[in-house]
Amino acid sequence: MIDFFTFVRDNASKLLEQTLTHIGLTFVSLLLALLIGLPLGILIARKKQLASGVLGIAGVLQTIPSVALLGFLIPLLGIGIGPALVALFLYALLPIIRNTFVGITEVSPSIIEAARGVGMTDVQILTKVQLPLALPVIFAGVRTATVINVGVATLAAYVAAGGLGEFIFSGIALSNVNMMLAGAIPAALLAVGFDLGLARLQRLSGRNVRIGTVALVILVPFLSAFYLLPYGQDKLVTGFAHEFFGRADGYPGLQKTYGLTVNPRLIDQNLMYEAIHRHQVDIISGYSTDGRIKAFDLRVLDDNRHAFPPYGAAPVVRQATLDRYPDLGPTLNQLAGKLTDSVMTDLNYRADYLHQSPETIARDFLRKVGLYKVPASVDRTGTVVMGSKVFTEQYILAEIYRQLIEGYTQLRVVARTGLGGTQICFDALRTGAIDFYPEYTGTGLLVILQHPAGTLNTLSMQPDSVYAYVNQQFEKRYQLVWLNPLGFNNSYSLMMRRDQAQALRIESIEGLVRYLKNDQ
Amino acid sequence: MIDVRNLTKRFGDHTAVNDISLRVGPGETLVLLGTSGCGKTTTLKMMNRLIEPGGGSISVDGVDVAQQDGPGLRRRIGYVIQDGGLFPHYTIAEAIATVPKLIGWTPTQIQERTRELIDKLQLPESLLNRYPAELSGGQRQRVGLARALAARPPVVLMDEPFGALDPFTRRHVRRELFGLNELRETTVVLVTHDVSEALELADRIALMDKGRIVQIGPPDELLNHPATDFVRDFLDDQPRRNQLE
Repeated sequence: MIDFFTFVRDNASKLLEQTLTHIGLTFVSLLLALLIGLPLGILIARKKQLASGVLGIAGVLQTIPSVALLGFLIPLLGIGIGPALVALFLYALLPIIRNTFVGITEVSPSIIEAARGVGMTDVQILTKVQLPLALPVIFAGVRTATVINVGVATLAAYVAAGGLGEFIFSGIALSNVNMMLAGAIPAALLAVGFDLGLARLQRLSGRNVRIGTVALVILVPFLSAFYLLPYGQDKLVTGFAHEFFGRADGYPGLQKTYGLTVNPRLIDQNLMYEAIHRHQVDIISGYSTDGRIKAFDLRVLDDNRHAFPPYGAAPVVRQATLDRYPDLGPTLNQLAGKLTDSVMTDLNYRADYLHQSPETIARDFLRKVGLYKVPASVDRTGTVVMGSKVFTEQYILAEIYRQLIEGYTQLRVVARTGLGGTQICFDALRTGAIDFYPEYTGTGLLVILQHPAGTLNTLSMQPDSVYAYVNQQFEKRYQLVWLNPLGFNNSYSLMMRRDQAQALRIESIEGLVRYLKNDQ
Repeated sequence: MIDVRNLTKRFGDHTAVNDISLRVGPGETLVLLGTSGCGKTTTLKMMNRLIEPGGGSISVDGVDVAQQDGPGLRRRIGYVIQDGGLFPHYTIAEAIATVPKLIGWTPTQIQERTRELIDKLQLPESLLNRYPAELSGGQRQRVGLARALAARPPVVLMDEPFGALDPFTRRHVRRELFGLNELRETTVVLVTHDVSEALELADRIALMDKGRIVQIGPPDELLNHPATDFVRDFLDDQPRRNQLE
């Protein structure tokens, strides 16, 4: 609990900014929904034949799960405030249209007739009788819409629109309960607070129409304006994945090593590449062998000071397996150094963008480096079980290994691809359920060995020294061997669009920091 | 004051009002009497164009109602309905000020007129800031009448104005209201199905059946010289039933 308050205190300004953005998002969309929903509600109350159609459409929109709705909107509107506002607006629409409609149509016909009887025009009947009498019901709709929006607005953090979802999702990504609560508690308080506040206004509007209306007319735009408050704006817009933003070897590492200070927009890591491609952000935190680097022509900034731990890939094998099949080790080691960053990026690109099968990619690659051999038709006596995690790069590596082993040895390969995350793969390996799988040195160091932060500082972050260290530790603790590194390093990295990086002459993170610090 | 000629109204196949002609003189109270569905309310509502006439003509104060815009016409004609027809969100003061405000009276004029009316209608001044829900049925009916009379209209139309009151209050309120000079000078057309009410209030009664006027004349004439058996039965039957109430 003390940790929680410490976290809140340390992040007070960020939290305040997120809260204000959250309120702003909620009310900008509410304002839009009122501007469209009220007239629409009035219209269908007069032309009842339109009512079922309009309410039906708004109702269907309401039932679309919020994540799915964002999914529909991202291709149309990209990321950022656009899809977040539209989604929130659509959710707020139904309660407002429906309650306006119900509020107006529930005014008793004898009152409407009395209003006509004293000589009110249709417009006067609407403004002096129907709307004031419908106001408490409309208010109830506004209340519902507000509470829905406070909740849905947390999803804005997926698409870099800010809000309290930033802490919630970062907290989830990092299993950091304090960070999660720092987002979740204010979001819950906002929902409860607005609900109570609007309930008071609703009661007030029942008794005094003028005060209720005035309060609504002033309050909603006022709260909307929070979204327009100027927050720190950098020369280049940064979009970081939630996990990267909070992980010690992510943004905090950059701050420490390079003194980089930016005001990042947090965004889902799969949308990040799309965002930089569409010029919605200029710098992203990515993985250095992602196929999208090639697809979107991105430039990975050099990390000369090694702020990011190296994530060199190499197969991790059980010592027992190596002993039983002596030709396995040398066979796998043929690949050492053959897969550089650019080669691996290209292979990922082929799978993700050219939709080639891992089998084709692996065969083409092996042919190119002269390692391809047609499997001999022999009796395969021994069996090795190979594992992989669930993402493209690992599928491709697994396929390369399979073809290599079948070409050079008499072993039979059983593939257990799709073993989920690191922990599952590692446990499978240790217990002997699999014989080997491709792993990354950084993961071995930080996730499996779970090194205390102190060791990280003393250990030089050079790829070689990290490799040597994990190899030695794995052997000692688990009798597992890291074979020779494949060559590429799938680590965190900062990347920019190549044309922009060239125009600004930024090649490294140092260069970026220098550029941002100049004439700011 | 009101001149109705060959008035007809059809709703689909049903003829609600069938070729009615009648005149109401200045200051006169005409009661449209009949069973439900006889066309009396439709006739009344065509006089201020709450319902558009199907055929024939109506003129009020010498001007054909069809020539005037509906809201403008209705502001010059008082209108009273069952239970007052008050707006729940208007205070009593606002309710009485409704029509004067629509036609642009100054606040001082409105205030003076309001005082005059609540005085005449014996409504306590403390009611002015109350809402209709806080009033008794009789009080609401009086406020409804005050609202109709506020802009001093030459003509007031009343649609079952005492229908929501219990028989005792009804008799009491109507005696009191129709005793007002204010109302005596105004031309009134009142719709009711209550024979004793008609006999008590009317200068003349128009007894309607199936969209037509069966007989029109002073109460005595209808009682003593009923034109048809229907008239005799209607007037004969009803008072006794009313007395039983």
